[in-house]
This record gives sequence, C-alpha cells and structure tokens, in this order.
Amino acid sequence: MENYITLTIDNREVTVPEGTSILQAAHKAKVNIPTLCYHEDLCVAGNCRICVVEVEGSRTLTASCSTPASNGMVIHTSSPVVRNARKDIIALLVSEHNTQCTTCYRSLNCELQSLAAEYNVDNTRYLSVLKPNIQVDRSSWSIEKDDSKCVRCQRCVRTCSELQHVNAITVAHKGKDMKISTFMDLPLNEVVCVNCGQCVIHCPTGALTERRYYDDIWEAIGDPNKHVVINTAPSVRVALGETLDYPPGQRVTGKMVAAMKKLGFDSVLDTDFTADLTIMEEGSELLLRLKKAFRDKENVALPMISSCSPGWVKYIEHMYPEHLDNLSTCKSPQQMFGTLAKTYYAHKIGVKPEDIVSVSVMPCAAKKYEANRPEMKASGFQDIDAGLTTRELGRMIRQAGIDFGKLEDEKFDSMMGDSSGAAVLFGATGGVMEAALRTVYEIVTGRPVPFKNLNIMAARGLEKIKETSILLKGCKPEWDFLEGVELRVAVAHGLKNARTIMEQIKRNESPYHFIEIMACPGGCIGGGGQPIPTNDAIRKKRIAAIYAEDEGKEIRKSHENPEIVQIYKDFLPEGPLGKKSHKLLHTHYTKRNRY
Amino acid sequence: MTLVESTVTELTLKYGKERRQLLPILRGVYEKFHYLSDESMVEVARQLDISSAEVFGKATFYSFLSGSPQGEFVIRICKTIVCDMKNKKLIVDTLENLLKIKMGQTTHNRKFSLCYTNCLGLCHKAPAMLINNEAYTDLTPDKVRQIITSYKNR
Amino acid sequence: MKLSLKKVDLILGSYSNEEYKILFEMLSRNSDEILKDLIESGLKGRGGAGFPTGLKWKLCAEAVSDDKYIICNADEGEPGTFKDREILDRVPKRVLAGMALAAKVTGAAKGYIYLRAEYSFLVNKLQKELEEFHKILKSNNIKFNVEIFMGCGAYICGEETALLQSMEGKRGEPRNKPPFPTTTGYLGKPTVVNNVETLVSAFMVCRIGPEEFKKLGIQGSSGSKLFSVSGDTPKPGIYDLEFGLSLAEFVDEFGDGDTKAVQVGGASGFCVPRKKFNETTIGYRGGLTGDSLPTGGSMMLFNSSRSMYNILRNYLDFFAEESCGQCTPCRIGCQQLKNGIEAVKKGEKDPEYLNQLLKLSDTMKITSKCGLGQSVANSFSSIVTNFTEEMIY
Repeated sequence: MENYITLTIDNREVTVPEGTSILQAAHKAKVNIPTLCYHEDLCVAGNCRICVVEVEGSRTLTASCSTPASNGMVIHTSSPVVRNARKDIIALLVSEHNTQCTTCYRSLNCELQSLAAEYNVDNTRYLSVLKPNIQVDRSSWSIEKDDSKCVRCQRCVRTCSELQHVNAITVAHKGKDMKISTFMDLPLNEVVCVNCGQCVIHCPTGALTERRYYDDIWEAIGDPNKHVVINTAPSVRVALGETLDYPPGQRVTGKMVAAMKKLGFDSVLDTDFTADLTIMEEGSELLLRLKKAFRDKENVALPMISSCSPGWVKYIEHMYPEHLDNLSTCKSPQQMFGTLAKTYYAHKIGVKPEDIVSVSVMPCAAKKYEANRPEMKASGFQDIDAGLTTRELGRMIRQAGIDFGKLEDEKFDSMMGDSSGAAVLFGATGGVMEAALRTVYEIVTGRPVPFKNLNIMAARGLEKIKETSILLKGCKPEWDFLEGVELRVAVAHGLKNARTIMEQIKRNESPYHFIEIMACPGGCIGGGGQPIPTNDAIRKKRIAAIYAEDEGKEIRKSHENPEIVQIYKDFLPEGPLGKKSHKLLHTHYTKRNRY
Repeated sequence: MTLVESTVTELTLKYGKERRQLLPILRGVYEKFHYLSDESMVEVARQLDISSAEVFGKATFYSFLSGSPQGEFVIRICKTIVCDMKNKKLIVDTLENLLKIKMGQTTHNRKFSLCYTNCLGLCHKAPAMLINNEAYTDLTPDKVRQIITSYKNR
Repeated sequence: MKLSLKKVDLILGSYSNEEYKILFEMLSRNSDEILKDLIESGLKGRGGAGFPTGLKWKLCAEAVSDDKYIICNADEGEPGTFKDREILDRVPKRVLAGMALAAKVTGAAKGYIYLRAEYSFLVNKLQKELEEFHKILKSNNIKFNVEIFMGCGAYICGEETALLQSMEGKRGEPRNKPPFPTTTGYLGKPTVVNNVETLVSAFMVCRIGPEEFKKLGIQGSSGSKLFSVSGDTPKPGIYDLEFGLSLAEFVDEFGDGDTKAVQVGGASGFCVPRKKFNETTIGYRGGLTGDSLPTGGSMMLFNSSRSMYNILRNYLDFFAEESCGQCTPCRIGCQQLKNGIEAVKKGEKDPEYLNQLLKLSDTMKITSKCGLGQSVANSFSSIVTNFTEEMIY
C-alpha cells in the first residue's frame, strides 16, 4: 500500500504519496514553481537550479524538482531569499546567453526570456561570458544549432538519449567550456542524427530550431511563373491552432485551408490523400509478403515495418542496416505527394513540372531532410521542394496579418485533396496500423474490420508498445491461404521503443507480421515540427482531435476515397505495386554507420 | 585489423565491454597512442555499443585524456597556487627554452609535450611537475635541465 | 620556542608488518561492536565534508542488497592537500585494513581505490600491497577484493557521487541527493565512499579504542588530523595534529614570522587574515564556538609579499576550469567571480561591483548542486571581505 506524507508549502498543507518531488507536491498545492531544465517527458536533472525553494531547517536552498518531499517539511517557494537566488541564477544564465532576442525565432516562446521578464532581470547585472565567435551550425537540412543561445539544461541531450536512444548530441568538456556537442563537434549533417527534431521541441530557447524555409516559399508565391502547391499532413490540422492562440486539441482544418489560400498558394491539397494512397500500396505490399510467406513458402522479410516516418527510416538505416528489407518500400505520404504533384497533377492541370513548386507542411523536422534525399527525384525533379513545420506555417499566417480566428472554413482543392478518415489517423501513433487494417482486412475478407465503429482501440493511446492480432476468417478465395491466420501487429512510437522492437527482430523473436513505427513519442502529433510546448497532456489532446476528425468523415477507409479510385483508374492502371507505382511511389534505402 | 582496432580489442578483452569500463579503456587507448583520435573513439563506441558522441562527451570531461596528439613524454607543470608562488614561471621559461616550444605545444620529433595541470598534490615540494607518471619536485632550472637531458637520451 | 600545538603520531606512526595481524584480531569481533566503537569515537570524515563515519557505515550496513561496495576516495585534488598521497605511500596496509573493516561491517565483498591520475606513480606499490592483502585475506577465508580504479584528471571526481558517476563510465557530474550512496551508490548499490585518511582513522579507532581516540581533539571534533602544510613556511610537509588547535598557535609553529593569511581547507576553504588568527579554531563546524572551520587538512600560509588578488585569481581560474559545468551557479558563477575581480582590478568596473559579486557568492553557496559547488565561493568571500583594498588597487 502506498504511504502518504503531509507537508506544508507556502502555509498550505498538502498530502502526497511518498516519493513525490517537492515540485509535484507544490503543483498539487496549486503553487507554481518556475523551472527550466525540468521537462515532464524526461528524467530529472536538477542542474539549472531555477526551481530552488527554502526548506526550513536546511542550510542551503533545495532543488524542488529533484528532492522528494518528506513528512513534516515546511517549504517556502517564494520567500525573499528564494526570489533573490532565482533572480541571480536567471541573471547568470542571461550573462551566458546571446540576448539578441529581437531577432530570435523563439522570441515570445522562450523559457529563459519569460523567466527573465518575470523576474525583471536586466542583462547588465553581470559581465557577458558568452563565448565569442560562435558559429551557427546550419549543415543539416532539418535542424539548426546555435550554441550562443544554449542554457546547458541538457534537455536535448536527455531527449536524444532517453526518448530516442540516438545519442547524437552529448555534453562535452567541463567547467566554463562545457557545451552541448556532437561527436568531435562535427556539423550535424556529418553525425549519426536522424533529424527527428525532438531536441528542438524540448529546447527551452532558440539554441535548437528547425531550419526555416518559409522565406523561399514567399519568393515562390511571389513569382508569377511558379505554380505553388501546398499539402498539409494529418497532424498539422490538430496542432496549428496552438501557434495561433488556440488551446491544444482544437481542430482548425477549414481555417487552415482558408489561410493557405489567402497566403497565395495556387493550390491547397492534402497529404491525407497520399496517406490513403500509402495504405493502398503498403497494404498491398503486406499482402504480397504474406502471400510469399504463406502460399509460396518463400523467404521474405517479415515483419514488414512501416516507412512513413523519415526519422525512423534514417534511424533504422543507421542502427539496423541489416534489417532494411523489413522496411516497407513505400515512400512516405509527403514524397508520394511530391512525385504525383509533378507528374499526375502537373499533367492534369497542364503546367510544366519544372514550374511547379511543391511545398509540404509537416509536423516534422526529418521531412526536411527526406525532401532532400538524393533518391527523391522520381518525377524527374526534386519531388518536394520544401518542407515546412507546423510552426513555420503558423509564422507565415502571422506574417501575412491574417486574422485566423475570423476565417471561414474552406475545403481542400480537388484531385489530391480528398481523403478518408483512415488517412487522418496517420497523425497519431497507431494510426497507420489502424488505417492499414481497415483496408487489408476488407481486401482479404470482403468485410469491414470487426471492430465497433471501425475503431481499433488496441492500436490507440500512448503506451510504449501496443500489440494486437486479428484472426483472418472467411477469406475470399484468392486469399484462402490466409484463412485462420492470426495477423499479429505491433505499434511503437519514440525511437527508444522502436529499438525494443528491433532488438526482438534481431534476436529472431519477433512474433509480428506488421509493425508501425513512428520516430516521435505520440506519433506525428508529437513530431519535432509541432508547436512548443509538447508534452503528454498536450499529445493526448491532439490525439483526441485526430480521432474526432476521423469520426467526422463520411468515408473512413482509404480504398473508398473516390480520388484514390480515380488515380488508379487514370494514372496507375496496373494498380498498387504496378510498374508505375513502383517507379513513382516506392523507394530504396541506404545502409549507414551506427557509430 | 588496424592498430586501433587491435588495441581496443585487447582492452575490451581485458576489462570487458560494459559501460563502466569506459574510463579504463580510454585510458588504455591514451597510453598506447598518447591521445584519443576520432578513429579510436569511434572504435571504442563500436565495441562498447554506445554512440561515439557519448564517448567524446565522457573523454572531454577528463583532462588527462587529450584529444590532440601528444609527445612521447608529456610534461605537466603544476600551475596551482603554491607552485605558482614558488616560481613556477621560471620552470616554465626553462622548459620552453630547452624544448623550443611554448606551453600547450609538442616538439617536432613528437618526443615532448608541455602543458599546465592543476594541483599535483606536491605543494610541500613546490614547484613540481609530472613527466608521464613520474613526479619531479623542488624544481630549479638546473634540475630541470638535468631531467630533460636524461629524457632526451632515453 | 614553546610548542603549544599537540602533535601526535597516530595515522602514520608505528607502522609495521603487524598491521594485518591486528586487523584480523579486529575482524574476529562482531560487526555491531566495531560499529559501536566507531560511533562512540565521534570520528568524522577526513575529506572535508565531515560526515560521521560510523553513521555512514551503519546506513550502508542497514541497506538491503546482495552487492555492496567500499570505495576509498583517493582523488585528492583540493589545492594544497597532499596527505592522502603520503598515507597511501607510507601506510597503505592501514588503508586496506580500514576498507576491510568497512567491508566486514557493511557486508561488502568488493572494494575500489579511486586513485587520481596525478598519483599514477603510486600504482605499482599499491598493486604489490594488494597482492599481499588478498593473499592474507584468502588464507583467513575472508571474501573481500579490492581493485584500483584510475581517475583521468578531474577535480570534481573527489565529490563522492561524481566519483561514482566516473566509475560507471559517465561524466564525473555530481548526482542529486537524496538518494545517498549508502543506499544507492556504485551501480545503484549501497556503497561507502570514504576518504583515504578516514579509513585509516577508522582502523586506528578500533585499534586504540574510542576512549583513547576521544582523548585527542576536542568535543565534537575528536581525534587528530593530518595537515598538509605548504606555502610561505620554513617547514612544509605533513603533520598529525589534534583538532581544536587555534590558528594563532599554528602560525606560531609553521609561519615564517610574516604570515598575513592562512588558507584553511584548500581553494574551496576559507582564507583567514592575521587579525583573526586568535579567534579561529580548527575543527568541524558545530561543536565549536567562534570561527571553527571544516577542513580536509590543507593549510597554505601566505606572507606579506603575496598578492591576495593573485591568489584569489589563481583559485578562481582553477574552479572555472574544474567545475563540472552542469549547474548554473557553479559554472557561470565561477566565471563571473573571476572576470569580475579582473574587471575591478583593471578599473573597468567600480569597486562597488565587488558587493554584487559577494551577493553572487552567497547565491552560489546556497544554490549549487553539490558540496563543492557550494564551497567554491568560500575563498572568494573570505578574501574579498578581508583584503578588499588588494582587490581594487
């Protein structure tokens, strides 16, 4: 049985379970203690010392994040000695900081800036100890690293290690020279980094940000010779609102479309369309692999693993290059979109593909890298010209002076703008699995998946690894070899959990046929390009919005999307996995170094 | 197998491949090559199956694990207060003149490196220095000249 | 000259080949008795922090675990401190005997000596001693094994949790406490980390008995302590002195007739000016009136030819380099103190700025993560307060 303890925080008694930190206990007493190195996703570091409080009887102040509350403690969180100490610590951080806040991308969304403002810290209290000549690392397509804005809270390092198990960044050197560094302080594009951008959404300041490309987009929009198409990923519509003063979990699909039209894009399309297309191709690929395994008894790589998440793809390329065959050959929805924008779409509207600029808005930092992978030129041109984050789109809307709240809802343009509810699910962990099962089961049995209201609850939620199985019964004659097969599937999100799955595969102990892996905790709704802050409470709200969006759709299965039916009829007549699909919609992978 | 690979292999055979053996292994690599090259850190990372950035982060914490090539004999002169008071400067000048290099540098023949170090715990016999693992105390310019001559002949 | 200091010869004296024989006599006693003696003696840690040794062992003994560790902290990095080196060099059997006692009391089967890189020259000798030690343990059917773990040059690893991190292959960054090493130490197991001298003192307590031990020193600071004496003194070296000595007596004995200040406890200790020699007593905080000072035993004497500004700048240089860098007050604070006094000296900042820096040093004392971070500002505040003119002109 849990033991409870009682303590006094700012003259208020509070009872909490033993082991609760002072910070959490204060939270329960409705007392807010400022923090900086603390992040609810990560283990406690206790190194910024902002959250110090006074514990009666203690010679020193106490870090509330790292100290367990104990019975009878009497705590003051805002006494003069605490406030002075905090103010001093903030002043120290400011003295180490590049304080050109006016030109910082994170201005007004910076935790150090807020603290300095709250405590009215001026930056003349101490001499500047900012190191001179710090170069911003812009080597990566995805992530920008500016050490002059680093507060050394190590949230990025803990993220890269605890959540992602990549360890691309580390704490290096000590004392005054201590800094966050890559191996040998190499540029980010030369080290084992998967570009997931989780460091970016966990960074309290502007030290780690996404590479921004919206200025290029403005240029393209302003160029009368360019036809600029934009597509938005499923999870953007449930998070964009947060960058425009809406609370988390608000769906803003219609307003988002309206805003993009106002921004001047020639066509506003939906990545959800290619998400549906992905299900057609990936589902067919899964069935082909099952056919080879069960009917032809061929040696085929199973489990098959999803390939929509470019952070995950680069991770497996680095960490498990020997298992690249397990990866679905399907391109991600973004890249399928790009290819089709410059082939199918260009042809239909009669614009030369070289005049098309294809832009995507993604919840993701890795998509920027993916767009620039050398093999992503199936259309004969760079398929996606630029990938923006949700945050960048929010920034563009603000720059344009659009009163977002007052916009009337609008609809995506046609041809590649229609989508099913299944496609929307891609935004949350488990969504690709759920969407795939809705289609695959129906292809095999001719009946809808046997779940109430098509909702596959076992694939949903924030559990580290989710697994379920579906018994294939009453299969159509052409799939009779699957009769009685229990299709076993798993879903993992966050690369640390992906590693668990991969180690199982490596040991040859994986019981699954199909696995969905997303690089980011929570899936795309928690992606590295999403609004800051992101934490589990916010992830859950965005996830709820995804499921609401699905339920609100008339069509909820990818294969029933009329534009999907249309494209296979008009452009991909051989159907999924046909020659043309193979050329345009599938890809190959590269073995990379693990160390 | 390269020399780096075989060296790290020997060390992991001796100490094991657990994370907690990182420091002894890095020390072993340092003793063999007189510094930690990128290649050697990657090899340690590979054999311990941790990221090379992690190895780098740990290595740079420790001042005896230099990341740049050092001479066969590394001369560390204590710069902490008592040695400083007892004319460390004169010892440094003598060494710089003798070896024709400045503090922080290595001779062309890769025989000697000169660097400062923090308190050697030999304050009662200041000024003091280490040459690799040997301690030399109560230094005078004459004494330093003799010591260096003996090392030059090694 | 009349000697008013009480010199003893406990730690290093009458060392013989009988040490292990004496150890085995002790090991035949029951653990509770040993622990009782230790607690009774009032022995406190000799590394500087002064935690009661008996209590530390008791906490580790009470922790439930199959694996426990005894670690001898020989990462002696505090500027001006060299007694542990001397102990390891001259009476290594007593260090190992102390570890064996701790192992017996706590139930540990494995021990490590964390030896700083700068003391590599001691390794061969220690290794030989360990061989003999293990042989004798084996012949007496005692399961305890000690290994040397080499540091790689980091002052902060003298902090016990930083030392543990370092041993686990991590950066030597102090951990959050609680939990303490006695329950969650090396590899997460209950661990006793004791300074070299503490282990020898523990052995000597059991050897002469707590009553004899308590006759040395004063109430609250029992026993004697090795002092590392250096700087402007005609007789630098190691001295075993009873606690409770006044600094005036000390300077009488060791000064060169012109002593203007004594740095007690190394760079992270306090600088005592001449005018306070009489009122300063050396012992652990708490049991004494007046300015009692905790100490790892470093005593650096400065005569009137020394610039206190240079001395302070030397310390601050040291701390700015050797801070682990993880926590804000210590990482940036050390740089601010150093740059600050330089700016005042050069006239780039008003002398008033020293007051701002004194406030900062107060903040560092109460907000830094580890004991070392909390004490790095001691030298700053004591030097700046007592020698303000020297900082300015």
